[in-house]
Formats: sequence, structure tokens, C-alpha cells
Amino acid sequence: MREKLIYTLGILGTLVMVYNLHTIFLDLPDEAMQGAVYRILFIHVPAVINAFTFLAVALCTSVAFLATKKFIYDSISVACIEVATAFMLVNLVTGSIWGRNQWGIWWTWDLRLTSMLICFLLYLGYLLMRPAITEPTQRATMSAFISIFAFADVPLVIMAIRLPNVRTQHPGPVLETGNLAPAFVPPFLLGMLALFLIGSALVLVRLHQETSRREIDSIRRELHAV
Amino acid sequence: MRAVAADRVWKYFGDYPALRGASLEVEKGACLALLGRNGAGKTTLLRILANLSKPTKGQVTTPDRRKVGYLGHGIGVYDDLSALENLKLFGRLLGVQNPHSTAIQALERVDLARVKDGLAREFSRGMRQRLAVARAFLHEPELLLLDEPFTSLDDRAVAVLQSLLRDARNNGATIVMSTHQIREAMELASDVALLERGKIVFAGPQSPEMLQDPGWLYRTHGEPQA
Amino acid sequence: MKDGLVAALAIAGKDLRTELRTKESLTASLSFSLVILVLFSFAFDLGRDELYAISGGLLWLVYSFAGALIVNRSFARELPNDCLDVLVSSPAPGWAICLGKTVAAFLLLVTVELITLPFFGLFYNIAWWHSSGTLFAVILLATWGIAVVGVSFSAVTVNVRLRELMLPVLLYPILIPLLVSAIGVTTALFSEDPQMLSANGVSLQLLIVFDIMYTSLALYMIEFILIV
Repeated sequence: MREKLIYTLGILGTLVMVYNLHTIFLDLPDEAMQGAVYRILFIHVPAVINAFTFLAVALCTSVAFLATKKFIYDSISVACIEVATAFMLVNLVTGSIWGRNQWGIWWTWDLRLTSMLICFLLYLGYLLMRPAITEPTQRATMSAFISIFAFADVPLVIMAIRLPNVRTQHPGPVLETGNLAPAFVPPFLLGMLALFLIGSALVLVRLHQETSRREIDSIRRELHAV
Repeated sequence: MRAVAADRVWKYFGDYPALRGASLEVEKGACLALLGRNGAGKTTLLRILANLSKPTKGQVTTPDRRKVGYLGHGIGVYDDLSALENLKLFGRLLGVQNPHSTAIQALERVDLARVKDGLAREFSRGMRQRLAVARAFLHEPELLLLDEPFTSLDDRAVAVLQSLLRDARNNGATIVMSTHQIREAMELASDVALLERGKIVFAGPQSPEMLQDPGWLYRTHGEPQA
Repeated sequence: MKDGLVAALAIAGKDLRTELRTKESLTASLSFSLVILVLFSFAFDLGRDELYAISGGLLWLVYSFAGALIVNRSFARELPNDCLDVLVSSPAPGWAICLGKTVAAFLLLVTVELITLPFFGLFYNIAWWHSSGTLFAVILLATWGIAVVGVSFSAVTVNVRLRELMLPVLLYPILIPLLVSAIGVTTALFSEDPQMLSANGVSLQLLIVFDIMYTSLALYMIEFILIV
């Protein structure tokens, strides 16, 4: 059942992605000012939106774990955070490529890039800490704690980088200001959907792996106790 | 009247159950010797009773923390504080009325009064153990939880501990003591419980057979060794 | 509640007393700060204006490195002899233990910072005393933030492998908003730039929000970490 779900999500997501890429590369014209590279934004922005979606889910499941002590919530947390971190990395790399093309530099310390890098580092710390704790209950509790602290930091990071003494040259949000040309909206939304489906499939795979690992660990302990 | 009770307590470390539905009731004023092999779950159960760990499933009834004294594997005194400072600190944490004079009295009881201003790190092993015992009995607790208290005590410390335990019993305190040293424990114990692989397989008053032949209990009620 | 505050005070006193007796983390922290100050002077060869532009950043980098050393010791000092078990099983509530240790770490870190400040002024020729009122306010607010998050993470990493490495890796990203604000205000105060000074209000507000939010989170959630 679970495997069927994973395959369905994965294949569906891949199909949507392939269709979308086809549209993006072949049907859409080059953008007036940016040329061809603007197409990377159809991955760049959906990646960050999906990343934050999965981080929000991880926050809820972290709180749920602390409340109920059920390990399924811990497994969902780590799976979501891993996938979200991967998406954040995708966002950083695609943003860097776009920036190199448009601004001539691989990196700059502007508002969006900086806050994204910090969020990436926050959750990278979470992922680095997990293997360092061997006992599963402790690992889950500490991870939940860190996850909540990290998520609480995200709005503060955004506020802090906005402080007057930080320059910014990142273009403003495109969706809200309505500057996105009508032709671009469907591929954008499909891009979000594709990444969401693929991300969900990956979360389920990771979830299964985490559950199996716990089972193995407990069997090993059982054997040693005899 | 129950002083402390555990009702079908399960404790999981990951997926491994260290305690599997352990149930125990200790009457007020009793002295219970908790026996069991290494890995049976004695320390886990005592830690849960001492509020150091939460059970995964099941209920635990313990008196107010102010009335509980805990002596675990570590001696639990600060090396960089003097004997008097250590006991005054714990007196304050335990809500003792007059920390200073109570500390002095406790030090006299364990025969450490003449070194009250010496740092704990300068003490010999036996002296540190006596200081630890003083700490556990400082607030005249109604419930004493002792995890293998006679292990690695020198003769003087054993004598002090036995004397304090007898006094505590005369004052109506309840004692739960996990131990390997069955002989010392049997002299004081009124009741005995055997913990085997996370379950209480025997709980009842001490009988002459146990006193004469300490291994009798394991043979009669315990699981055959692999 | 009152018992909790008494316990917090006792624990803070205990931490301070043991630290003043051994001076372990104080000495380490102070020496490290001074060494870093000297190292940075080799790293940069700057004119007057450029130096003022990075002055806040320099100071708070030094303070954060010093801070990591001090908060690391906070729960680590409870490990020998299993003293942490005694604290947790005592009637003292979890929040009292956290608060006591945060106060102790805060006081120790402020001490290191105040001792380091004149050396900073000396090595880099920065007249830090001109607007000392606001400067001290920033130091106190930001140091509390470092202490409260640092002590909480000290509790989290106390049983973790490679604790000395894991604590900074977790701590610094969380502290970035706090450090950015503190650096902004400090640089503005040192360079006495009116344009930058006008932004101080917002930065100080951010510091206060940071402190309140993380103090509440830490005190509320510390029990989950201490009693697993």
C-alpha cells in the first residue's frame, strides 16, 4: 500500500515535472530583460515554497512528538526536514546560477540569499546533530526541541536581514505584485505541484527508512539483553 | 497504605522495551529489596520512580518530590564545593527549613563534621560516599530510592548507611533499594521483589529461604539462564 | 513559584561559586577573546573609516566565541558524579534549573565582555565610552539572548558526542538575528553615524523580541530535555 503510494506520487510528480519542463523550454518565449535564464526561476521559487511547506509540517510533527511521544511524528519530522533542506539547497544553487547570469556574481549578501542561507544552516545543524545521539528517545526529543527553536528563528532572521544597514538587490516578490505574465502562471503552479509530489514521495521513502532503522535498533538491543 | 507504586509501567528506548508492564506496590514503612540481573531494568525503574525519566506507558504514584531521597550510581556531589556548601545547596533545593544547621547535623551524622570545609574533590572515596549518603538523607525523606547503594562502599560507609537506613525505618520511612549484594540487603529488607527482563516476576515479604540462600529466589521465580 | 525562584538563585550561586573557584571557563574565555582580538588585528590592515565600519562586527564576533566557551560548560559541569540527576530529581522545577544556569552564564559572559572591551578599545583605537549607556544596554540584551539559547543547547548537547563542536554548530545560526542587530547598533554607536543611529530603535526592539521569545521557549520546554 505504502509502496504503491510512493510510486504513484513519484511517477506523477516526475510526469508533471517533465511536462512542465517541456512547456518551459519549448513553448514559452525568452523573457524580455533576462533572456533564457529566467526559466530557472520555475524551479528556484517552487523549491523554496515547498521547502517552507515541509518545514511547517516538521514543526507541527515536532510539537506532536513532544505531546504524544509517538515515534511516527519524529520520523515525519526528520523526513520533512531532510527534504526541505535539499530543496533549500536547490534554491540556493539555482539562485546562484541565476545571479551569476544576471548580476555577474555567484553570490551576494542580499536579503533573500542571506536569509535562505541562514535557514539552510539552521536545519543543517539539526541534521548534523541527529547521528550524534545514539539513543532513539533522546534523539527524537532533542531533535524536536531544535526543530522548534529553528523554526522560531525564521521570522527573526527575515526581520534582522531587513534592518536598514543591510543592502538588498534581490528582485521583489513576483507573485504578489502581479508582475508575472499570465502565460507564466500555469508552469509556475505546475512546478510547485511537481516538486510537492516528488517531495512527498521522498518524505515517505525516508519515513519508511527511519521506521526500519528503529526496528533494527530495538532488535539489536533485544539480542544484547539476553 | 501505599507509599509508592508503579502500575503496568512500560519504558521504551526507541523500540526496545526496558520495562514491560512492571507493576509494584510498596507499603508505607516497608523496606523493599529490588533484585534482578544486570539489564533487568532495575535502574530504569528506580529512575522513573525518582522522576528522572517518564514512563512510556503506565502510571506511577510517588509522593511529593520534597519527601523523596535518591541515591543513584553517581555520588551526586559537586567536587568544587565543600561538604558544607554541598549540603547547604541541596538543603535549599529540597526546601529544608534551616539549610545551614541541617547540613551541620547531617555531616555529624556521617562523621564528616571535622572536614566540613574541605572540598569534595579532596576527599577519599569513602568520605565522598558518606557525603553522598548524607545528601540523600538530608531532608529526612519519607521515601528513599537507592540504586545499588552498597556497591563499592568501604566498611565505614556501609556501617553509616546501614545505621541511617535503620533510623529511617524506625521513623516510618519507606525504602526501595536495588541491589546485587543480597546479604546486606536481606538484613534490612522486609519485602523482596524480583525484576526479570522488565517485568516484576515476584513481589512479597522476605522469607527465611531467601535469607539463608540468596540464589533461591532467582532459581524459583527467575527465567532459566541462556 | 517562590520555591522555584529560591532554587534558581541557589543554582545560579552554585554555578558562580564553582566557576570563581576554578576559573576554568573564565580564563579560557578571556584568553581566547584576547587572542582573537590580536589575530584580527593581523587579519585586517584598515584605515580609520574602514575600521569603524567593521568595529561592531569585530567586537561581537569576539563576544560570541567567548560566549560559546562559557555556555558549553553550563550543563557540562553537572556531568561528573551524576549531579544532573540530583538536580532534576529534586523539587526544583526544570525552569528554575534553566533560569539559574542562564543567570550564571549571563553574569560570567558579561564579566568577560566588560574586561575585553577596554582591550578592544586599546588595540583598535576605538572610543567606546562615548555612548556607553546604549552600548551597555545592547551588551546586556544581546548577552542574555546568547546565554538563554546557549544554556538550552548546552542541556540538549550534554549527552551528545562531540559536544564542543555540536554546540557552536547549532548555536550560531540561531543567534544570527541577535548578532546582526547587536552589530548594527554597536557599529552605529562607535562610528557615531547619524544615519545608522536612527536604525537603532528597530534593532533594539528585535533584541528584546528575541530575548523574550527564546526565554519563554527555553523555560517552557526545558523539562522535555531534562526528563526524557
